[in-house]
Amino acid sequence: MNRFLLPLSIFVVVVVFLGVGLTLNPREIPSPLVGKAAPEFSQPQLYDQEKIFSPADLKGKVWLLNFWASWCSGCKTEHPVLMDLANSGQVPIYGMDYKDERQEALAWLQRWGNPYPVVGVDQAGRVGINYGVYGVPETYVIDKRGVIRYKQIGPLDPDTVEKKILPLVRQLESQ
Amino acid sequence: MIPEIGHFALILALCVAVVQGSLPIYGAAVGNSALMAIAKPAARAQFLLILIAFCSLGYAFADKDFSVLYVAATSNSQLPLHYRLAAIWGAHEGSLLLWTFILTLWMFAVTLFSKHLPETMRSRILGVMGLVSMGFLLFMLTVSNPFERLIPAAPDGRDLNPLLQDPGMVIHPPMLYMGYVGFSVAFAFAIAALLGGNLDAAWARWSRPWTTVAWCFLTVGIAMGSGWAYYELGWGGWWFWDPVENASFMPWLAGTALVHSLAVTDKRGGFKVWTVLLAIMAFSLSLLGTFLVRSGVLTSVHAFATDPKRGLFILAFLAIVIGGSLALYAWRAPRVGLGGSFAMVSREGMLLANNVLLVAAMGSVLLGTLYPLFLDALDLGKISVGPPYFDSVFAPLMAPAIFLMGIGPFAQWKKAELPELARRLKWAFGVSVVTALVLPLVMGKWTPLLSLGLLLAIWIVTTAVVGLRERLAHADGPSLSGRVAAVPRSYWGMLVAHCGIAVFIVGVTMVKGFESEQDVRMNVGETATIGGYTFRFDGTQDVVGPNYTAARGTFHVSWDGRETTILYPEKRRYPVQNQIMTEAAIDPGLLRDLYVSLGEPLDDGAWSVRLYHKPFVDWIWGGCLIMALGGVLAVSDRRYRLAWRQQEPAVVPSARTVRRKVA
Repeated sequence: MNRFLLPLSIFVVVVVFLGVGLTLNPREIPSPLVGKAAPEFSQPQLYDQEKIFSPADLKGKVWLLNFWASWCSGCKTEHPVLMDLANSGQVPIYGMDYKDERQEALAWLQRWGNPYPVVGVDQAGRVGINYGVYGVPETYVIDKRGVIRYKQIGPLDPDTVEKKILPLVRQLESQ
Repeated sequence: MIPEIGHFALILALCVAVVQGSLPIYGAAVGNSALMAIAKPAARAQFLLILIAFCSLGYAFADKDFSVLYVAATSNSQLPLHYRLAAIWGAHEGSLLLWTFILTLWMFAVTLFSKHLPETMRSRILGVMGLVSMGFLLFMLTVSNPFERLIPAAPDGRDLNPLLQDPGMVIHPPMLYMGYVGFSVAFAFAIAALLGGNLDAAWARWSRPWTTVAWCFLTVGIAMGSGWAYYELGWGGWWFWDPVENASFMPWLAGTALVHSLAVTDKRGGFKVWTVLLAIMAFSLSLLGTFLVRSGVLTSVHAFATDPKRGLFILAFLAIVIGGSLALYAWRAPRVGLGGSFAMVSREGMLLANNVLLVAAMGSVLLGTLYPLFLDALDLGKISVGPPYFDSVFAPLMAPAIFLMGIGPFAQWKKAELPELARRLKWAFGVSVVTALVLPLVMGKWTPLLSLGLLLAIWIVTTAVVGLRERLAHADGPSLSGRVAAVPRSYWGMLVAHCGIAVFIVGVTMVKGFESEQDVRMNVGETATIGGYTFRFDGTQDVVGPNYTAARGTFHVSWDGRETTILYPEKRRYPVQNQIMTEAAIDPGLLRDLYVSLGEPLDDGAWSVRLYHKPFVDWIWGGCLIMALGGVLAVSDRRYRLAWRQQEPAVVPSARTVRRKVA
């Protein structure tokens, strides 16, 4: 090959990759847990501390598990989205109150509204470790067999709910 | 009203750029001097128009005009005036305006200092620069207009990112851009030469000072960015191999190679094709950096807010400018022909080796920066490439380059004798090796890297001393001062720039080898000792700044019981963006920095505190400044001043030529 064409050829390859790169999101990090069984836990519930919340109770249902905390500002951002989704009745959202104070969590739900049928308490963050949570909010879509099918890092927004979560939920429901 | 004037000036500037980018180049191709003559006034008009736009935006910031979207997004009524003005380049749109402004500033400079250039050459150069500025103006006017209105106006602005509210940040971007954009001159020279087909030594002689000046600015710009990261981010590091840092470092490496390769083309007529390619490369990498920072294809600590439309625009622009010039290169360069032949052991040979090493280093930085993107695009997983890769690739490439740097200036052009070089340099070599082996032991710690770093630094300095001695011995002049004056400034420039590298290496080596840090919990009145210095924490108090509130800690530092200094690190809260900033307190010194930054408040007035003792850290930036000083000295060389004087209309033939005529 003509050696004078070499720089141009290298550049063309780089441009193609940059072009593909524009369509990708470098901040999106895949979770190794997607496609695996959701880790088991049995945690006390926030409202009724005598009762236990465990994914085993939800076998046969498609549901969302949302890690949140009253101290987390991103949770406040996504909260209206969760409320809308919960009110639409398309999929139940179970909450996991992550490394939080009980009183503050209760006050937070009192003030902003409660989208969750049941809220578990993960004060020590153990469940979070098993699920690979590294910041709240994070949301998992779990199918009827108890397998994690999707993980959202950071706040949910209406667009993601509309384009990713709901189609996935419908597809999983029909299985 | 004023913002509209700015907006209108941008539109007019675009029209001028279209004219400037087309007619003079066409005129040069067909030999129409009326068309070529348009280049100069067009470039000046463009400069004036962008200046108007720039001042309009500055006025909007000074006037706190929050009906301008960009002003509302990047400033606040509480923000002090100097930061409001610096906010002009605090985000994407305004920094593009700065980019374009500096481009037209360079254009204006070309119109001032190009009287001795042939008309065709000058019109091609300005034409190419006009095309580049056309691209940027289109970009601004279509998807990143800094003058876009916000109606109704915001009651107050969202404030400048607190990270950028810092004196270093006020001057870092203009410096950096002066460098980036400065390479556009060398680029335009190269493209003009390719278009015209005359790549001769004169072309290299014209390009050289422009390239050197741009290189100086870039050097200072990068050093300031690094210094800013050091004191503003609060973790005491000075270089993180972050994609955006790499984006500025790659043009620097290519530019450094270019400065050296231009020397060969100028002096010996060699390396022509290679020099042209480097000139294209240096500017292309500047453009690539612009793309990487603004498109969001890579994650970085200082990426701008991103928008896919913008990314696409810059990518298309990149493809046209770089792809077009590389295609031109592939088409025209084969006809350029080779320069004179030379032996492997010769000054050309050494400069070639230096060039290959610098470009290889640049390539490995580019690879490391884009590698995560490659893998992601091929769906092979997500990774990030960190300092271990860069450190392990960079040092082995730079060590031989620096070793050659000592020998190069001694080698003759065309062919040098190894035994003779060895004879001249044996003392320098012996002194370097012995000192490098012994010095770390004296300082109490010996590691191979420490010794290697010192060896390279001392090698540079000793070879510089030997070289200067030989020069002075051969220079004519009765007294020492006369002989010193007889040594050309460009030689001094080279020596100083090379010694700047030595100073830089000492800084890096000593910091890596001897720095110590402590992460401690400190109660009020407690002390901690690091590097022989004792820090006593005297608690924090609340202070109020113009647009922030802060907890300010007081640390009494003592050495051997005597008080050295008092340091006041701060933890600031900027309410508008609700951001917490760590403002480290530093006691700088020639031989060491003491660095304190506040971590988190704990109970009872106690804080988690970070203490650093960093020996010789300021030499890192000092070295960069010395390098830039070397560049300045080289540019102030007599032959450039002569060239400058010769352009003046009344050229008096020098006495010697008159005498020759008489004879």
